[in-house]
Amino acid sequence: MADFEPKISKDRFRPAEIDASKSEEINKPSLTFWQDAWMRVRKNKGALFSLIVMGIVVILALVGPLISGKEFDKQNVSHNNLPPKIQGLEHISWLPFDGVKVNKAGKEIDMYEVKKVDEYYWFGTDALGRDLFTRVWKGTQISLYIALLAATIDMIIGVAYGSISGYFGGRLDNVMQRITEILVGIPTMIVVILMILVLDPGIISITIALTITGWVGMARVVRAQTLKLKEQEFVLASKTLGNSDGKIISKHLLPNLAGVIIINTMFTIPNAVFFEAFLSFIGLGLQEPYASLGTLIDEGFKVLRLHPHEMIIPAVVISIIMITFNMLADGLRDALDPKMRD
Amino acid sequence: MAKYLLKRVLYMFLTLFIIASLTFFLMKIIPGTPFASANKLGPAQMEIMKAKYGLDQPVPVQYAIYIGNLLKGDLGISFQFNNTPVTDLMFKRLGPSMQLGAQAMLLGTIVGILLGIFAALRQNTWVDYSSTFVAVLGKSIPNFVFAGLLQYFVGVKLGWFPVLFWRGFEYTILPTIALSMLPIAIAARFMRTEMIEVLSSDYITLAKAKGASFFEIAFKHALRNALIPLVTVLGPLAISLMTGSLVIEKIFAIPGLGEQFVKSITVNDYPVIMGTTILFAALFVVIILVVDILYGIIDPRIRLSGGNK
Repeated sequence: MADFEPKISKDRFRPAEIDASKSEEINKPSLTFWQDAWMRVRKNKGALFSLIVMGIVVILALVGPLISGKEFDKQNVSHNNLPPKIQGLEHISWLPFDGVKVNKAGKEIDMYEVKKVDEYYWFGTDALGRDLFTRVWKGTQISLYIALLAATIDMIIGVAYGSISGYFGGRLDNVMQRITEILVGIPTMIVVILMILVLDPGIISITIALTITGWVGMARVVRAQTLKLKEQEFVLASKTLGNSDGKIISKHLLPNLAGVIIINTMFTIPNAVFFEAFLSFIGLGLQEPYASLGTLIDEGFKVLRLHPHEMIIPAVVISIIMITFNMLADGLRDALDPKMRD
Repeated sequence: MAKYLLKRVLYMFLTLFIIASLTFFLMKIIPGTPFASANKLGPAQMEIMKAKYGLDQPVPVQYAIYIGNLLKGDLGISFQFNNTPVTDLMFKRLGPSMQLGAQAMLLGTIVGILLGIFAALRQNTWVDYSSTFVAVLGKSIPNFVFAGLLQYFVGVKLGWFPVLFWRGFEYTILPTIALSMLPIAIAARFMRTEMIEVLSSDYITLAKAKGASFFEIAFKHALRNALIPLVTVLGPLAISLMTGSLVIEKIFAIPGLGEQFVKSITVNDYPVIMGTTILFAALFVVIILVVDILYGIIDPRIRLSGGNK
């Protein structure tokens, strides 16, 4: 310590002022729950990227069938099983968009020349000569509709059921709980398949099947949270002020559950999207001529060895949808409820 | 504990009874008759066929007979498969499904646990990120897409494994991998969180201070405690395997229960549909119950709700 020489002169130091009134000062702007959550989502690069990709998919699903200039159900058998060909990208040799198909002997054939087709089919055509670009985005519309539907069912039926059951308690809660307990015991897949057997396969029966089974998980979570929240003072205060039960649930309890509700909804969506594709794949979903990503994969699967693009393109699209929904759900969960990380 | 168990078992039977009844009545509303493929039959012959299978009785009588037979373990005879009893048909099919399910479960949990452990030990490095990436892919990509791609690229293009049928161990490899993707994803994510939590506890610091080696800490001290909560995800895992087997068996042409279920739906084979539904449902509720009980035994800190020892 002997050779230690102070390099900063003493007169540059002065005692700190202790002012009790200033120690309470807040020098950062206070953030609401949503601002705080948004800040955390923005920091999560995966979630942000997923949000952008999902936006692109949604836009393509809405605009795609319009800009292709072709009908999704128009058959043109002389143009069947064409590989993808896109203007501008056709001369880049490593991209698979040049309309060239490799046959079994390993020889490259330009199918567009062989069949004398001047048009461009961006994603190629299927076995009946229908434009795959239009069909893939039509199918994506179905998947997005299912996503929206599942979210709505969860938010309306699940939240209402759970909050009513939890808030009123007593015998009503007992009866409602027994019903959900039995519903939980029945595998969703079996209910869905049975429902689709009774009704004709199609988008309406999938909608009804999802309505019956989709909300149980949400109802259980909301009920558990409501049970915890309803004992708190602000509920008692609201009751004392004479507010009705309906108003207490909708104005006081539900805003406090928003985080949990959103997280749960986000995890329901990919499951529902998967279910629709799964049912369509095993032939219980949408029927011809309508397209869903599941039916497209099923059709493509049958000709996988000869025309791999017919399966790979819809497979890539549904994988993108599932990955973005899952990553966004993870990001939102971390942002809305850091304690719930699994 | 005994009271709780009794309650749970009662619920289990109630659920099964409701499923059986629901299945029965839904089958009755379904349009189409099981004899559709035999439409050359005249009305008189149709009557004989219906009488033979008991379909000429009023619905409540059919229901009573059905439930009675069910209690005896008799699920009726198949309409399509040469009058074979449904139970025989199902037991013949059970083998491949069980083998496939067990292999996928084993592969899935082992690979998943390893991925999770390495991700936790090397947190926020490329090991962690690639393990998370695999988990996200496994959770997101639908199993039928994955199975199709595996079949095309590994089976057809590379020709490493046979792509169809069920004739020996090498035929089981591709379907097992396809089916195990979801278990891998679930186990890896779960294991990573648990390991990170365990690794930050005091006794790990102590083990490090005592100079225990890296692998000793990971596999001897941390793994044991991190494994316990994994039991909770075994239930959902087993159920996802059951759902998954439907498509995987269809894609790889495996003579299992799932493949038969899908086929019997398209040909209106009521007894087979009902039997398989009830078998699936029974497996489902039993698995859930076993997992709940196991969890209570393994971790005494968790008290089963309603049970006081």
